[in-house]
Amino acid sequence: MIEPVGAFVPRLYRVDAAHRETHDTATLELVPQEGDAPAYRPGQFNMLYAFGVGEVAISVSGDASDPSRLVHTVRDLGAASAAIAHLRRHAVVGLRGPYGSAWPMDAAEGGDVLIVAGGLGLAPLRPAIYHLLRHRGRYGRIAILYGARTPSEVLFGRELARWRKRGDLDVLLTVDRAERDWHDDVGAVPLLIGRIGIARHATTALVCGPEVMMRFTVAALREAGLGDDKTYVSMERNMKCAVGLCGRCQYGPSFVCKDGPVMRVDRIANIFGVRGI
Amino acid sequence: MDTIERVLLEQPFLEGIDPAAAHLLAACTRNVRFERGLYLFHEGEPADELYLLRAGMVAIEIAAPGRAPVAIATLRQGDVVGASWLVPPYRWTFDARAVETTSAFGVDAACLRSKCDADGRFGYAMMKRFVPVLVQRMQAARFQILDVYSKRSAL
Repeated sequence: MIEPVGAFVPRLYRVDAAHRETHDTATLELVPQEGDAPAYRPGQFNMLYAFGVGEVAISVSGDASDPSRLVHTVRDLGAASAAIAHLRRHAVVGLRGPYGSAWPMDAAEGGDVLIVAGGLGLAPLRPAIYHLLRHRGRYGRIAILYGARTPSEVLFGRELARWRKRGDLDVLLTVDRAERDWHDDVGAVPLLIGRIGIARHATTALVCGPEVMMRFTVAALREAGLGDDKTYVSMERNMKCAVGLCGRCQYGPSFVCKDGPVMRVDRIANIFGVRGI
Repeated sequence: MDTIERVLLEQPFLEGIDPAAAHLLAACTRNVRFERGLYLFHEGEPADELYLLRAGMVAIEIAAPGRAPVAIATLRQGDVVGASWLVPPYRWTFDARAVETTSAFGVDAACLRSKCDADGRFGYAMMKRFVPVLVQRMQAARFQILDVYSKRSAL
């Protein structure tokens, strides 16, 4: 019998629970068919394989301190992600990983942490938020700024409400447009940076969302006086191998799959936002 | 220095303003308050007063037939409400509604325009403060128009 080995062979995981988050986004709790789930760090991703359809890179959105399962939040975008986002309980999916770089949770200790997320970008940041809350005493002020398209497309709404009720972190929400049953802000998420005020020399910013949103956010952070060496973004490019071989996710001199997805802005400042890269 | 002038100087929008300019501006300014749900102004009305928010929250809305008004921006303490007072025909192009009970400085637009016309130095100082607000709003509107969180943008 040939043993399945190598970086491209997925392990089998069973969907233990599936939660619908919005009309096109679901969160899956995956448990391995055999053995334990691998350890991972906040910000890393796995390659999820829908059998007969395809494979797609999805960030882990769960709590890294829970070794029993891997949690992924998937938006129905293409064929593979649609197939995965619509999986039901007990379905089986292929998974390989974790891959890539992580949010700088250790480096951020002792200072303030500013989380800026847009749309589905809150999912890769959720493990970082869990970490911050579990080790709350190691960090200064924590603020979460989150922007979504409309109120019905706010991700993890109940959890955001719970975090907001805590007295030890600031949670500001905004949407691009809303009717009168929405009681938070309306407007671009980078504008919230000016509302909260940041300690420019003692803040680490973690940013994830569509690349245009991250460009606007980095510009707003620079205007607020935060150095690029204190700002981290999670880049996204189409990935195939996830181990730095195929070059599909090349980003300037780097590969997003192995040098990213989390990158410090001063290290990519010469290519960040440059057309064609 | 009267009270309104002193408190005006605490507005972030006027940070570092020349005291003489603050004195001129204060002469056009009054305290206003809007209870929750009241409108600061409606689309099409004369843009005869702009507002510097001191507390509360204001939604900039647009009304469309057959549906509820849609908020396209919210403004809070320290923000400026209204730009239509700057350009003819000086009429509001959106509605502004107090989402929460809101207090503000109301600045008489005709008074401010006349002082800007009479004193070019003062006028330029005011424009240097208002134009960045307009640019920021325009950039924010462009961001929203891009609809970056839509499925279409994600593909």
